[in-house]
Amino acid sequence: MATTVTNIEKLVGKRIRRKEDPRLITGTATYVEDIKLPGMHHAVIVRSPHGAANIKGVDISKAAALPGVAAVFTGADITGVGSVVCGADLPGLRKPVHHILAQSRVYYVGHPVAVVVATDRYIAADGADLVEVDYEVTQAVTDPEKALAEGAPAVHPEWPDNKAFVFLQKGGDMEKAFADAEVVVKQRITSQRLVPNAMETRGVVADWLQAEHSLTLFTSTQIPHLARTILAGQLGIDENRVRVVAPEVGGGFGSKLNVYAEEALMGFISRKIGKPVKWIESRRENFLVTIHGRGHVDYFEIAAKRDGTILGLKLKLIQDLGAYHQLLTPAIPTLSVLMMPGLYNFRNIDAEVIGTFTNCVPTDAYRGAGRPEATHGIERMVDLLAAELNMDPAVIRFKNFVQPDQFPFPTATGLNYDSGDYGATLQKALDTIGYDDLRKQQAAARLEGRLMGIGISTYGELCAFGPSPATPAGGWESATVRVEPSGKVTIHTGTSPHGQGQETSFAQLAADELGVSMDDIVVLHGDTSVIPYGIGTFGSRNTAVGGPALFYALQDIKEKVKKFGKMLLKSENVVFENGKCTCQVSGKEVTFQTIAGAAYRAMQLPPDTDPGLVATKFWEPSNFAFPFGAHIIVSEVDRETGQIEIKRYVAVDDIGNQLNPLLVEGQVHGGAAQGLGQALWEHGIYDDNGQLMTGEFMDYAMPRASMMPWVECSHTTTPSPVNPLGVKGVGEAGTIGSTPAMVNSVMDALMPLGIRHLDMPLTPEKVWKAINGAA
Amino acid sequence: MIANAFEYTAPQSLDEALGLIAGGAKPLSGGMSLIPMMKLRLAAPEHLVDLARLKELNYIREENGELHIGAAVTHYEVESSPLLLGKCPLLAETAAHIGDIQVRNMGTLGGSVAHADPASDYPAALQALEAGIVLRSAGGARTVSAKDFFIDTFTTALEPGEIVSEIVVPVEPGLTGTSYQKCKHQASGFAVVGIAVRARRENGVVSLIRVGVTGLSGSSYRAENVEAALQGVEPTGEAIRAAAGLVAHSVDASADMQASSEYRKHLASVYTAKAIHAALSRSA
Ligand SMILES: Cc1cc2nc3c(=O)[nH]c(=O)nc-3n(C[C@H](O)[C@H](O)[C@H](O)COP(=O)(O)OP(=O)(O)OC[C@H]3O[C@@H](n4cnc5c(N)ncnc54)[C@H](O)[C@@H]3O)c2cc1C
Repeated sequence: MATTVTNIEKLVGKRIRRKEDPRLITGTATYVEDIKLPGMHHAVIVRSPHGAANIKGVDISKAAALPGVAAVFTGADITGVGSVVCGADLPGLRKPVHHILAQSRVYYVGHPVAVVVATDRYIAADGADLVEVDYEVTQAVTDPEKALAEGAPAVHPEWPDNKAFVFLQKGGDMEKAFADAEVVVKQRITSQRLVPNAMETRGVVADWLQAEHSLTLFTSTQIPHLARTILAGQLGIDENRVRVVAPEVGGGFGSKLNVYAEEALMGFISRKIGKPVKWIESRRENFLVTIHGRGHVDYFEIAAKRDGTILGLKLKLIQDLGAYHQLLTPAIPTLSVLMMPGLYNFRNIDAEVIGTFTNCVPTDAYRGAGRPEATHGIERMVDLLAAELNMDPAVIRFKNFVQPDQFPFPTATGLNYDSGDYGATLQKALDTIGYDDLRKQQAAARLEGRLMGIGISTYGELCAFGPSPATPAGGWESATVRVEPSGKVTIHTGTSPHGQGQETSFAQLAADELGVSMDDIVVLHGDTSVIPYGIGTFGSRNTAVGGPALFYALQDIKEKVKKFGKMLLKSENVVFENGKCTCQVSGKEVTFQTIAGAAYRAMQLPPDTDPGLVATKFWEPSNFAFPFGAHIIVSEVDRETGQIEIKRYVAVDDIGNQLNPLLVEGQVHGGAAQGLGQALWEHGIYDDNGQLMTGEFMDYAMPRASMMPWVECSHTTTPSPVNPLGVKGVGEAGTIGSTPAMVNSVMDALMPLGIRHLDMPLTPEKVWKAINGAA
Repeated sequence: MIANAFEYTAPQSLDEALGLIAGGAKPLSGGMSLIPMMKLRLAAPEHLVDLARLKELNYIREENGELHIGAAVTHYEVESSPLLLGKCPLLAETAAHIGDIQVRNMGTLGGSVAHADPASDYPAALQALEAGIVLRSAGGARTVSAKDFFIDTFTTALEPGEIVSEIVVPVEPGLTGTSYQKCKHQASGFAVVGIAVRARRENGVVSLIRVGVTGLSGSSYRAENVEAALQGVEPTGEAIRAAAGLVAHSVDASADMQASSEYRKHLASVYTAKAIHAALSRSA
């Protein structure tokens, strides 16, 4: 006799508000700065004011004599600590030794030279002012193309050509592509330095317990477990005696996908002084010493037939690495190269990446990490090609898209695109915005002398990092589901969400699978003493790699629940659904909660079954996932001032299945803000001496809410076959899609004036000058 | 981002404040300019005297055909005061362009005027309004015109021991129209250029025009050449464009990463024309 089961409403796919928000918006979340330990001291770092200099001497006597100063350390005092780790490797890569405090030379403004530790932060800052460093200033070089020129100052004297590496990627037959080409378009395109500017700056509290020989380190990081492995190695402490905690993390965007000098330095100091020590990065320091993003000079050549068929793409990419390699610095431009083909069906590519040292802070992963640069490049080149051929930019894209029946699609760069329907996404965007009508409006505007532009970007990205062989430190993820005796559920994820919302979306997933209320679920992360080893949060991987790990752990739980259900219901014919095991013969039920209690009370156990109800899963993805989308921006340029107004912004993203569309939209909005920031406003500008000219919010134009257009979000859904949830990843999509849409829009507006290309950011003066140069 | 140590006094009366300032203490009003400089250790005053809480500097009132605004009135109060919105909308409109709401809730009229940041907004309006600025010290008070008060970048007619205590603006008949037009710096939000215009049209010609300029150079100023070109003239689009084109004439224009001096001068003429059009359209 089968019973009727009322299905509980499923939560996956619903717009559910974030569980993490109440603590954030009531100011009760705990960030590193909120952590106060008994006897805690404070550190302030003395930093180089010069882009390049030799250190002739450091006099700490005045600082050390200041009442309240407990210790002052210089480079000479740092013994037994390993250098900052670069996890990336490339053939022939030159890796400068990156000491946690400068030794005899400084390489960029902000380079740490000494550290003052005092009983409070004010005294430490006063002490830092009293440290006297005798610098012999040498010539700096901050522009990567100048750094490659003959006779340029050497950033590292041992490598006078300033080349950290040259990386080649070739696919197909480029010679043939260019021989067959009826048209070749060339363009130099830059992707400027950007300052990530997470709302929370970095910070560290280190607490050494001598008796235990153990170190607890609270740090604002995206990768607590990797940080622990690296820091244990640097500091020579057993890994199981290092606990790294990422408390509330106020944004990272890749800038906290790193292990910085200050983290090991605080561990070192706490051990030396036998007291906890705190360092909180100032906003000024955040600008100067936390990694920057982008920093490309790209020389593109695209070969095509007159009918618009793209045959091949050549790229010479000069990457501004800065003075050192941070965790992934050299790897970032190689990601650009991987994504060079975009969504297009051509098989010939030829790329040369020249990693270049400069006297600047290192570049590294910043939201999109390599893919925004690639996408901006290919999307600009496709528009330039369309202009050259007098084709509509939408038409040329449709013509070259990889088609739905070509998946899985092996690219010329060795990737395997998982799934997609690129034409459908673009068509939806065109329909949403009313493309044909807009082009008519544009024609009318042009007759009136108005500069109206329509910019399309059809982006693809690789995310869900990623298969372990393709990553420096493992690309799997872990999850533990711990059902408590009461039936409440605690989830441990190896990812380290800091704004992405997995406390909500993972609870949705588990609630559906186990048939319990979302309120019965707590998602924990970010503490290496609680959570099994995990890889962390970056590369849009939380849902797409952490999600499947959780999904499979939940299946294990369900299996075990069923065993207990069968035992308790004394039947083999039992299903587990909607939070209950039901005997399909008798209709008798036993709830998930009762089963959880029985599993722990263990009065009786099913055959071959242990007590308890806990499952851990480590899940290895077989491939990346490849989201895609079409962003269209309508803009108008004021001829008189060069000012740009965004009239409309339509984003159609395909990120596979969605666990929570509200979270998805938040990610798209935030990403679009950062992408528009690059297109229009942001620029980390160094002068020739190595001073960061845009080192404060007074000079560095961060996008603000009032500067944002309304982003009209919608979606198509092409599930990914790579994982059981069919999800792809959305953390970076908005950043990747928005930038070229914005620039293409402005360049489309300026087309009647014969202006082909302008580099980002498109500041009003730059546009005004171009208009006047053209007039 | 950590200030040096300093002493702080919240005085009970203006006299007490002026006494301390005479002794070398530094006034603190909204702290929106001073505190950031202290945090960057670009300023290290030893003793701050808080003016923002003094009742004697917190008022907006009309007296004998003049509006009197205490120095400690916040930007938000200026922006939202019914009295100012009715009788001196230019000042209210200008205040609304300052920074963001947090800054406007803390920052004060007196603090901004005394600070004389060359990219601040009020000076343009005060120039166009021909406002009086009351300077007070332990020894007494004097009134200086806006034109004489703003001398150069961060430099004013204030003498040691003096504070800005009040701004005085004459109340005008409803015939006058005003407008403040600002090109915002994309990072700081300050004025790349800001143009305040006060104008009246009678019998088809311009019978009164005052043009205040901020942001363009080291100090705010009155563009008297623009005024002269339009005084008594029929304000056609052509006449306004030509007059506005004079605004930066022989001015040593500032340059920064946001705008070269050439571009700034160009913007000044564009925004001057906008402000003149807007002011005249509001003139009865
Ligand atoms: C994020 C941000 C954005 C801003 N944007 C703008 C903008 O768009 N436009 C704009 O105009 N301004 C802007 N400002 C500046 C703001 O308007 C300040 O409030 C103003 O410049 C100073 O006023 P305050 O009351 O805060 O003065 P404070 O910072 O307290 O003092 C400034 C200086 O004036 C002195 N002082 C203060 N009061 C007096 C007095 N009564 N008499 C004599 N000396 C005095 C102080 O000693 C100090 O030297 C911005 C500030 C911030 C932080």
